[in-house]
Amino acid sequence: MNGFTQNIFGEVHKTSSGNLVVEGEVDTRHGPILYLEDVSVSFDGFKALNNMSLYIDAGELRCLIGPNGAGKTTLMDVITGKTRPDTGSVFFGQTIDLLQMDEPAIAQAGICRKFQKPSVFDALTVFENLELALKADKGTWQTLFHRLSGEQRDRIDQIIETIGLSSCNHYRAGILSHGQKQWLEIGMLLMQEPKVMLVDEPIAGMTHQEIERTAELLLSLQGQHSIVVVEHDMEFVRSIASKVTVLHEGSVLTEGTMDEVQNDPRVIQVYLGG
Amino acid sequence: MKLIGLGNDKIATTVLLVLALVTFIIPICNLVLPADSPLHFSAYTVSVLGKYLTFALLGLSLDLVWGYCGILALGQGAFFALGGYAMGMYLMRQIGTRGVYGDALLPDFMVFLNWKELPWYWYGFDHFWFASLMVVLVPGVLAFVFGWLAFRSRVTGVYLSIITQALTYALLLAFFRNEMGFGGNNGLTDFKELLGFNIQSEGLRAVLLFSSGLTLIVAFLVCRWVVNTKLGRVVTAIRDQESRVRFLGYRVEMFKLWIFVFSAMIAGIAGALYVPQVGIINPSEFSPLNSLEIVIWVAMGGRGTLYGAIIGAVLVNYSKTVLTGLMPEIWLFTLGAVFVIVTVFLPDGIVGLIRRWTQERSA
Repeated sequence: MNGFTQNIFGEVHKTSSGNLVVEGEVDTRHGPILYLEDVSVSFDGFKALNNMSLYIDAGELRCLIGPNGAGKTTLMDVITGKTRPDTGSVFFGQTIDLLQMDEPAIAQAGICRKFQKPSVFDALTVFENLELALKADKGTWQTLFHRLSGEQRDRIDQIIETIGLSSCNHYRAGILSHGQKQWLEIGMLLMQEPKVMLVDEPIAGMTHQEIERTAELLLSLQGQHSIVVVEHDMEFVRSIASKVTVLHEGSVLTEGTMDEVQNDPRVIQVYLGG
Repeated sequence: MKLIGLGNDKIATTVLLVLALVTFIIPICNLVLPADSPLHFSAYTVSVLGKYLTFALLGLSLDLVWGYCGILALGQGAFFALGGYAMGMYLMRQIGTRGVYGDALLPDFMVFLNWKELPWYWYGFDHFWFASLMVVLVPGVLAFVFGWLAFRSRVTGVYLSIITQALTYALLLAFFRNEMGFGGNNGLTDFKELLGFNIQSEGLRAVLLFSSGLTLIVAFLVCRWVVNTKLGRVVTAIRDQESRVRFLGYRVEMFKLWIFVFSAMIAGIAGALYVPQVGIINPSEFSPLNSLEIVIWVAMGGRGTLYGAIIGAVLVNYSKTVLTGLMPEIWLFTLGAVFVIVTVFLPDGIVGLIRRWTQERSA
């Protein structure tokens, strides 16, 4: 990318923000909302991602599975700007080049992430955690003088209700159970009104009931949001996914429905190490 | 009250009440009551108290960056000293022809160095308003440039601490040089007047104590407001999980910069209030050891509370006054021992201890 491109009228736009053609719009007319093409990342010679290409459709709920070291978390790092790939391109819609943007810019554009280890702010209350995540102007002065509108307050209350933490509203997040922290973090994702949600191991440490509710929640969100879920629990993946992508050694091994994937001899070989 | 959350915070309210008493009552007792009255405070007490209050203000500024944002700044003394120098320059200009050499244009040390004209950076310091502006501007700009470079390249933790220490050490060496035009080794001293009042006079001392106390109260309330805003919560979040905050769409470096610059400005004001009360500012104020001491005040008082910094600064400096009077040689050992004890046994400082007591009593 040289930082310039031409739109359909042949006008050249400078792309300092990595944002082409229509400022701030995600162009999903061709279907996919995330384009990763030939992405490679290596750490000290170890290829965490190896010419990976992956397309996520707008409104889709996609599950990524694969053995340890397959590159699932690195993939999320690349999309959210934490890791810069050595080669390849990553686009948000057809026009927004994510490789030109840093983490806050990508988050503000609408790609939000839940981490593998639940990352909530222990010193703040449940309410305050959600308030920080709220979609708003995130400049320093705007933040200093920010006051919650009634509407925003309602929105926070509504999310607290959705994630089942109404009774813990004013508890410090640090005292929540592991499962509750996972839910709080999912709530923080929702507060950001993301277009794409990257969800890394959402059900680790959850009880059966919590897992069921998480599955219901994720299913109810597809359509409005594009969701990418990384999960080891096959039963859970089966319960939510229409389409599953199997990663292996930094590349896409195969894609398809859960049944197709599970009967694929290559997948069986990778998992059983045959 | 609600904005700064004072309603149910007993320690904060108590600290504020004590501060208000010191600020409003002691200067009056000093000036109005006769010297033999039991409630009379000596000029010595007034000037020592005034000094403690400026240290408390300095501690407060460090608590903002360290206690709330997790930036262990080991160069806070540099901003204090710069504010002090700005005030010192104003006071130097007020000496006029009353210096040893009686030169109307140049301060004594410049005459001594055979300088013929005033360096450009001394222009404007004849005016109190200009000096006051520089008191916040110079530390603020330095903090901005330094923070911009450091935070943007994501220097954190112990590395940041080391370079802040290097910053104050570099300034120490620079201000030692006569060519810098700040009086070199001797610094700025021999002040005569502040705003036309004799700097040695009891009246002015009392007013300085009053101003230091009032500034501390206002700064405390403003800081308390800041940490209770959404910005304060973002800053706390940065302390606990810096990278997570970035993925929420906040530019972490800008928030760090904001709080760092704000705190440097408060430190500058503290320095400006300190200098007329002690009558001298010299490069030793930049010494790295000074900045380390500020950290000890805050750690001892209890960081991340604001009032802890005030309690810590006053207690440590009071002990220093007493102990260095009794046995000067043991002071540094005592300070070191106290720091170790606090770190190991009282991670929340004195405030943590008070909280535990009050909780046990109410339970």
